[in-house]
Amino acid sequence: MRNRLPAPTSCAVLAVVLAVLPFLLSDYNTFLVGQVGIFFIAILGLNILTGYTGQISIGHGAFMAIGGYTAAIMSRDHHTTLIVSMLMAFAVAFVAGLLVGLPALRLSGAYLALATFALAISIPQLPKQWTNFLGGTLGVQSSSKPTHLLGFGFPAATALSNRWLYGLAWATAAVLFVGAWAILRGRVGRAFRAVRDSEIASVASGVEVGVYKTLGFGISAAYCGVAGALLVFAQFGAASQGQFTVVLSLELLIGAAVAGLGSLWGILAGAAFVGLLPKISSSVPVVGNEHGRDVIYGALVILVMLVLPGGFAGLLARLRSLIRA
Amino acid sequence: MARLKAANPGQLVTFALIVGGAIFLLVGSLDSTNFAKFTVEGVAQGMVYGSLALALVLIYQATHVINFAQGELAMLTTFIAYQLTQWGLSYWEAFPATVAIAFLIGMVLQVTVIRPVQHRSVIATVIVTVGLFTLIDGIVNWKWGESGFLTLPSAFGFGSWDVGGVLIFRFYVGTVVVVLASLVVVWVLFRFTKLGLAMRAAALRPASASLAGVRVDAMLAIGWGLAAALGAVAGLMNEASPFSSLDPTFMQSVLVFAFAAAALGGLESPVGAVVGGLAIGVLQTLLIGYVPQISTELQIPFSFALILIVLVVKPTGLFGSRQVVRV
Repeated sequence: MRNRLPAPTSCAVLAVVLAVLPFLLSDYNTFLVGQVGIFFIAILGLNILTGYTGQISIGHGAFMAIGGYTAAIMSRDHHTTLIVSMLMAFAVAFVAGLLVGLPALRLSGAYLALATFALAISIPQLPKQWTNFLGGTLGVQSSSKPTHLLGFGFPAATALSNRWLYGLAWATAAVLFVGAWAILRGRVGRAFRAVRDSEIASVASGVEVGVYKTLGFGISAAYCGVAGALLVFAQFGAASQGQFTVVLSLELLIGAAVAGLGSLWGILAGAAFVGLLPKISSSVPVVGNEHGRDVIYGALVILVMLVLPGGFAGLLARLRSLIRA
Repeated sequence: MARLKAANPGQLVTFALIVGGAIFLLVGSLDSTNFAKFTVEGVAQGMVYGSLALALVLIYQATHVINFAQGELAMLTTFIAYQLTQWGLSYWEAFPATVAIAFLIGMVLQVTVIRPVQHRSVIATVIVTVGLFTLIDGIVNWKWGESGFLTLPSAFGFGSWDVGGVLIFRFYVGTVVVVLASLVVVWVLFRFTKLGLAMRAAALRPASASLAGVRVDAMLAIGWGLAAALGAVAGLMNEASPFSSLDPTFMQSVLVFAFAAAALGGLESPVGAVVGGLAIGVLQTLLIGYVPQISTELQIPFSFALILIVLVVKPTGLFGSRQVVRV
């Protein structure tokens, strides 16, 4: 997402690989790579906030929750098609992001981290309070009537559905990636970077810091909202509290850090890191159970932060300059 | 950019709030034995929150980072204390040993994983502490998670006193005394010793301190050690009740309330952290006692809603001084 799109050939190769992959992988692995697509969207969104406007958020899981619940409720109450559900998730999460972004203007650094952490803890607890509308601990189940996305049905829990979900997640990811590129390459992206690098200089140059910081929160929240809606589709249309725990917010932050700043491959690596690693390492013989997996995962997170200062994107940039030299 | 301390008109409001709160609690306690019971319980719990919040503040002051692993570190050291008692030490022999081990662990962590990233960015350091959180959680679950029902020997016994019809457990008083003692030790260290002066200098003006011959890196490591030791006290005292059992998740909610306490009091203020902890502890027990509509699950969101309001009204916490940035 620098000022130019990634090289067309590498984009084409990636598109072909992603299109062929579900026909080579087992059903479960297709599901996992589909989840990576969902993480890709969310980390792309968080990257806009942390990477481009320089604000920290430990609470973007809350926006995924907002998007996911919006999609499920739209389907339950209005029998919307998937695409309308996703658009609504985008819109509602965008507004929620703006609402959070406004008070966040007064906070920075560690205080912003704490406030967004509060969000990650509080928002998923709300369904327990308004049980009729938000479904309480049981969650919200989408309409059982078949919903349609441009004529495609929403199939029941069959082998086909994972492949279908995979396609939906990665198609959405592609659209949103191009969208992010379009936003960030122009005036808005330039303003974001100016705010990140020096607020005082931005004000002096006539950039309205408040407007752009809030907008950054809104856009990144909207992306996470769409990812949340897809996460709900992956659960056959059920939105529940268990999907949107604090751990999800932390995973997004870890993914964004592993990704580094604004590169397609970096975000892919970050999404794969948080989407695949916790699942794969449980099958490694030495590690054994889920606790051993936590040990490996935690150690790897620390290790990546120690050895890759610029995340995966930074590593790529270094490799590229090595090759050129 | 030089930072100037501006005169703070909010300090009077904060002072009035605290005095008002104290009077409210005192009058309520004299008026109703139930209220007194909730207050005493809340003070004991609040002391635990306060000492963990103080650990967070110590690290924040020195490195401007929030340590997400602080609670899990305290949990780990409490399990180490359990192991020591299994090996035959009595509770009060294991206590100082555990605090010393915690101090060492804190220092080692600062040197090995925090020091390499601390100058890079706040986000990088926060993520390392998140990684530590997962790592420690995994280790403790691996070692002790499957062992079933674990209990520490009782620190203060089962006894209780009857004060004017109010039943006060001995462990409430014991918790308050132990935490207060550890706070006094920390305060004396920072206020009256050369080491404390050097640590404050290293936190406030690292470059100048280093020019004056202070070994800033060593001071930061000692700071992490101190914070871990305070956390160990918080963990042990949280398990001081003779009715509680050890569980690898027991510090997670304590950490959340300690965050709330630190944000409420202001991340820069040690006094604020302790007062914030007490306020959250008492508020929590009073809410459970008198407002049954707020279920156990909703306590955390509720206290955080409070924190968000405080932060929006006064972005540096109740005790924080307004920072003026000179361009």
